[in-house]
Amino acid sequence: MSTSYLIKNVSVLGGEPTDLLLKDGVIADGADASADGAEVIDATGLIALPGLVDLHTHLREPGREDAETVETGTQAAAKGGYTAVHAMANTEPVADTAGVVEQVWRLGREAGYCDVFPVGAVTVGLQGERLAELGAMADSAARVRVFSDDGKCVSDAVLMRRALEYVKAFDGVVAQHAQEPRLTEGAQMNEGELSGRLGLAGWPAVAEEAIIARDVLLAEHVGSRLHVCHVSTAGSVELIRWAKGKAAKDKTWSVTAEACPHHLLLTDELAATYDPIYKVNPPLRSAADVEALKAGLADGTIDIVATDHAPHPHEDKDCEWAAAAFGMLGLETALSIVQQTMVDTGLLDWAGVAERMSAAPARIGRVSDQHGRPVAVGEPANVVLYDPAATRVVDPAESASLSRNTPYRGMELPGRVVATFLRGTATVLDGKLQ
Amino acid sequence: MKRHLLSAADLSRDDAELVLSTAAELRELADRPIKKLPALRGRTVVNLFFEDSTRTRISFEAAAKRLSADVINFAAKGSSLSKGESLKDTALTLEAMGADAVVVRHGASGAPHRLANSGWVRSSVVNAGDGTHEHPTQALLDAFTMWRHLGESKPGGLEGRKVAIVGDVLHSRVARSNALLLQTLGADVTLVAPPTLLPVGVETWPVEVSYDLDAVIPKADAVMMLRVQAERMNGGFFPTAREYSRRYGLDGRRMATLQDHTIVMHPGPMVRGMEITADVADSDRSVIVEQVTNGVAVRMAVLYLLLGGSTPAVGGEE
Amino acid sequence: MPAHPQHTPSGSPDGDSTARVVLDAGDIQRALTRISHEILERNKGADDLVLLGIPSRGVPLAERIAERIASVEGYAVPVGSLDVTMYRDDLRMKPARALLPTSIPPGGIDGKVVVLVDDVLFSGRTIRAALDALNDIGRPQAVRLAVLVDRGHRELPIRADFVGKNLPTSLIERVRVTLAGIDEVDAVTIQGLAPEGGAA
Repeated sequence: MSTSYLIKNVSVLGGEPTDLLLKDGVIADGADASADGAEVIDATGLIALPGLVDLHTHLREPGREDAETVETGTQAAAKGGYTAVHAMANTEPVADTAGVVEQVWRLGREAGYCDVFPVGAVTVGLQGERLAELGAMADSAARVRVFSDDGKCVSDAVLMRRALEYVKAFDGVVAQHAQEPRLTEGAQMNEGELSGRLGLAGWPAVAEEAIIARDVLLAEHVGSRLHVCHVSTAGSVELIRWAKGKAAKDKTWSVTAEACPHHLLLTDELAATYDPIYKVNPPLRSAADVEALKAGLADGTIDIVATDHAPHPHEDKDCEWAAAAFGMLGLETALSIVQQTMVDTGLLDWAGVAERMSAAPARIGRVSDQHGRPVAVGEPANVVLYDPAATRVVDPAESASLSRNTPYRGMELPGRVVATFLRGTATVLDGKLQ
Repeated sequence: MKRHLLSAADLSRDDAELVLSTAAELRELADRPIKKLPALRGRTVVNLFFEDSTRTRISFEAAAKRLSADVINFAAKGSSLSKGESLKDTALTLEAMGADAVVVRHGASGAPHRLANSGWVRSSVVNAGDGTHEHPTQALLDAFTMWRHLGESKPGGLEGRKVAIVGDVLHSRVARSNALLLQTLGADVTLVAPPTLLPVGVETWPVEVSYDLDAVIPKADAVMMLRVQAERMNGGFFPTAREYSRRYGLDGRRMATLQDHTIVMHPGPMVRGMEITADVADSDRSVIVEQVTNGVAVRMAVLYLLLGGSTPAVGGEE
Repeated sequence: MPAHPQHTPSGSPDGDSTARVVLDAGDIQRALTRISHEILERNKGADDLVLLGIPSRGVPLAERIAERIASVEGYAVPVGSLDVTMYRDDLRMKPARALLPTSIPPGGIDGKVVVLVDDVLFSGRTIRAALDALNDIGRPQAVRLAVLVDRGHRELPIRADFVGKNLPTSLIERVRVTLAGIDEVDAVTIQGLAPEGGAA
């Protein structure tokens, strides 16, 4: 017997207030007589969005349970309004076999805070030498559709071509970490005036753009689906815009792209502190890049926001910059950052947010039978209630993640996730994990 | 500059000239029977070297000892980059020993900033060279050497003087600190290097840039040659050592085009025959040995001004 | 030197209404002449004398005394300066101070009769620092002390051998020596307690 919830006066995607009934895992009409006995939530002033879907999460389990586990990572996801996350493959061991992806998938089901869809590695051990058993992972209980060597680029052009071709057999997508390895040897931060001044090895925009250019041409050539992870430069946005124009006429291939919240808000100036809390890959870029990403996300060139939630234990950040790990937390702050950078600036409305943080990632990941659905009667009750008028100061100690490496520490951010429902069950209520 | 000397950019013009004039007084000490002053008696200076640099280490050691400080040399075997003890744990150890100043040399750019700003230690931090970032005391001793030869050891003495810095600017912490400090002191700096050895964004620095050594040096008052490390040759930054020497090396023929008063400098260690020929390094114009002598006086001045009083004398900020 | 934390601003001795001139230029001339003669008398001539002024105002005083000795004896007494900054016992109580010139005459001080010259003798702490500094430079046969003004209030067992003028003062008064060359005019002034509400 699961609890049912009557959500009163909620604004669906920012529209007129209405009542929603979450019952038996689906959304029902709030005016329905069956609302009797439901727990009533006064949602005056709150917005209802479909449960968010992250296409790019590092849950670290198996292997780095000191940084994050599937349980803590999905708890953080629920607190951020997510009902589904795609768990990246760079675990120890690497998720490059059916056995590992099924283990992660099972851990996600046991944790119960959100659905976990494992991402399979493209190449064995992320080594970029030979294809992993992509078909076996696709056919496994985890039903993997997204394949990525994220953290490393599939830099070999032939291997990338073969991966793009091979995943067509099971409607998969290759999510590329676009980073030309030779151009970024030892790279520490965005290459520019500041990297020269700080004496930190530069990570040039061209190293990302050259791979994206190559990959969209390959995707067109073999007629496959390419997804570009964590787009970070203005040049990348321009290339993807051009590629989408081509793909729109053709329809036999497609390219999608994601941007991360930190790349929508933070700039490389923060590296001047030498505090590795700001060290991430791809690196924080210039203010012009930030503006281009926001424009691209607004006009749909960038399809989705993905967190690249990358937990690291304290000691991997409490050191000199060059020795520190790349990556930052993202799940619990993503929606606030998107509100601040996209909604409060007028670039996106809440329907646009729902598209980019829920519907589109669910489609790319081929999980839109359950996730990224409209908030409408008869749909699965994956819903987040969000208070856009609230503000909060980010306190790392309050994070559900095992790690504390948030770059937003001490910043005041708009908005607050009030409740998250996964198939009608509250994972978060009144901002607290259930 | 507050409690620390992390970057040449920390120094205002007044700060920098105070260091130079203090160094000028302290340099005389070398000629006295007792080469010791009591100013830092009871203070502890730790030389924390994560990279081997005997010359810089002994220069700081001599400077601290001549000011009567207690000196602890801490050669950290392998930085945290190579999975040794972490910078933080080392710092906490030094803090427990009661260090008043930590002189740190580290292979990672920004490591001294981390030491100074992460709350691990309360002591003053002096950057003795970090990665490819900065080496401010080297810049001070270079400026001091130029000031003595070209500036009559007077305030404003380097105003309008032309300094050419030649070689691997990209990987040179010496070049970065010198460009900043010389700009502060009013000198005109020209960086000369093949385009592959110039940092991205160098056009925003307060310097001129040239690829043509022969065009620059006849106008220079000081020519500073930078070391070209052997590993750069394998990085494909230039085709061969021979081609590099031919285009960017200072030899007798090029030396003949210098003005009479122009001095030749090198932060050491030199690669003779690569960026500088032996006849140039050993010529009357060369002040390379004097740079070493001046290094002790300048480092004494820095340590005295940071530690000698209740608060640092340079910067004026609490 | 810019931002010199120790420089007292040069200015007119009567810049403050509470200041009164106790020695004018003529008085200072006569005092220095007398000191010069006393030094020669005590030393039985100018042989082996070395004058070391304590910066900043002790140095021009030492030079003036040397000029007078030269005019009497026809012999240029070596003159130098001795900075005592690093030997001060209050070094740690104030921000690190800029150093002032130390220059020891080429003949050194070993076996010489060193006359330390300063403008005002007060607590005696500067002279103690000077004696320590001398100790690191050499071993004089004897050390004497010449001051333009002795204002009393000694805190250490130190006394001057040659005094331009004994000036009884109260602890709250300030004695200022200005010398042409560094300042505008030669004068010694006493600045009393500032009037009620006035700036000290």
